[in-house]
Amino acid sequence: MPKNETAITVKGLRKSYRNVPVLQEVDFEVEKGTVFALLGANGAGKTTIVKILATLLKPDGGSAFVNGFDAALQPDGVRRSISLTGQFAAVDEVLTGRENLILIAKLRHLDNPRAIADDLLNAFGLTEAGGRRVSTYSGGMRRRLDIAMSLTGSPAIVFLDEPTTGLDPEARLEVWKLVKQLAESGTTVFLTTQYLEEAEQLADRIAILHQGRIIADGTLTQLKSLFPPAKVEYIEKQPTLEDIFLSVIAQKEER
Amino acid sequence: MNIQPENAKNRPFFDVSTMLGRSMRHIFRSLDTIITVTIMPIAFMLLFVYVFGGAIRTGTDNYVNYLLPGILLIAIGTGMSYTAARLFADKQGGLFERFRSMPIAPSSLLWGHVLTSLVSNAISLIVILLAALLIGFRSPAGLLAWLAVVGILALFTLSLTWIAVIAGLSANSIDGAAAFSYPIIFLPFISSAFVPTASMPGPVRAFAENQPVTSIVETIRALLAGQPAGTEIWTALAWCLGILVVAYWLAMRVYKRQTA
Ligand SMILES: Nc1ncnc2c1ncn2[C@@H]1O[C@H](COP(=O)(O)OP(=O)(O)OP(=O)(O)O)[C@@H](O)[C@H]1O
Ligand SMILES: [Mg+2]
Repeated sequence: MPKNETAITVKGLRKSYRNVPVLQEVDFEVEKGTVFALLGANGAGKTTIVKILATLLKPDGGSAFVNGFDAALQPDGVRRSISLTGQFAAVDEVLTGRENLILIAKLRHLDNPRAIADDLLNAFGLTEAGGRRVSTYSGGMRRRLDIAMSLTGSPAIVFLDEPTTGLDPEARLEVWKLVKQLAESGTTVFLTTQYLEEAEQLADRIAILHQGRIIADGTLTQLKSLFPPAKVEYIEKQPTLEDIFLSVIAQKEER
Repeated sequence: MNIQPENAKNRPFFDVSTMLGRSMRHIFRSLDTIITVTIMPIAFMLLFVYVFGGAIRTGTDNYVNYLLPGILLIAIGTGMSYTAARLFADKQGGLFERFRSMPIAPSSLLWGHVLTSLVSNAISLIVILLAALLIGFRSPAGLLAWLAVVGILALFTLSLTWIAVIAGLSANSIDGAAAFSYPIIFLPFISSAFVPTASMPGPVRAFAENQPVTSIVETIRALLAGQPAGTEIWTALAWCLGILVVAYWLAMRVYKRQTA
């Protein structure tokens, strides 16, 4: 069994779609109350990992523990501990924003679903739009509602799969603020992203997924130390996460 | 920041009713669904009664009475395409995955759609029945016979709904999800729904007499006419239950496979 302080423990995780391997031996740990960013290019397998952890997909091998529950064998325990915000907003277009939140609150068997919905609308700046059908929402509003639905009932572990993809810079900043607030309140956040800057901004720990494996995993400082020391030129250049990412991938491919 | 208590998941009826409430909102917000489902069967009814009816010999003096059971089955078939489409939309839109990652019984998701299908079809059938009354449908049937009719229609709807679940879960497009219902809508035409099978050529007649719709139509027709339904009712029940069991089993298989 994993230690008590770890929210997520993944060991030797493997998954193929038909005969195409997507995950080969993925290992990582996420400590409770921290923000963990999984970084990877298109098709790296980020969503696949999220789906396995959220009990939507069974792995071919290896183990995944979430909040002490085995994702493959104790899905109910996992489902009581998490919430999922998928890569594409999962909202009911026909209902209003408020009705969407009430629906989730009811399904989570919370008391006072209406009051909870109103609080969340307020917290997410959707009070005015709350009575409108979601089909009239902008992409940013939809994403905010999507995240608000996921936070209904304050789950211990929150999965955010590319929460800012497709948002304009302003909406992205709003989501970042949200994630930071979540982290402050002690929630464990697992997020995936293609944006290095996003990981740099939000995450306590960053893992890079490439060709089915975690090729680098650590704090930003640790990852920066992987990068060859800055060359002394006219200007000393600090490596950005982008440089590290590209150089780590290049090193792996040389081997 | 808490874990939901264990007992939270032990309220499947509450969950199903929450889901039902949600999709009933969908139906009442797109009233065109009910209109489309009822308009076509009513149009068929008018067409057959006022255009073809005079030329069709059924051996009854009231052709609306003869026709109504088949029209009701066509309406149920049409309703199925909407059931499949609603399910497909949930799957496509990611709501399915959201619900499945939550601590609710996975089957409440499907049952929500299934009950919605039953309720919305009941509404359409009542609308059609009212239209039939307007153009001369009359029935001497007693309460028991009516209850039997409602029961058979509900069972038929339920078994077709589980076929719709299979279609909605496995389709690749919303049109594909809806298209499966076309053969079901067509089946009443090759049955005794509009004309007695005796007038059909050999092979067509053989098919018509041995497909599920004929026994269901004959049963409902007899019950509504206040006559004993005879052995047809057992054939009809056997068809409905058989389809229900097979479709339910297949739907669950498809559902489980998509989770693996
Ligand atoms: N159901 C599926 N059947 C077959 N292949 C799949 C399926 N789902 C995903 N894949 C493949 O698995 C690989 C990983 O997909 P995944 O969605 O996990 O990547 P990702 O890192 O989330 O990508 P993106 O950044 O584009 O969201 C891709 O090559 C994808 O084509
Ligand atoms: Mg993805």
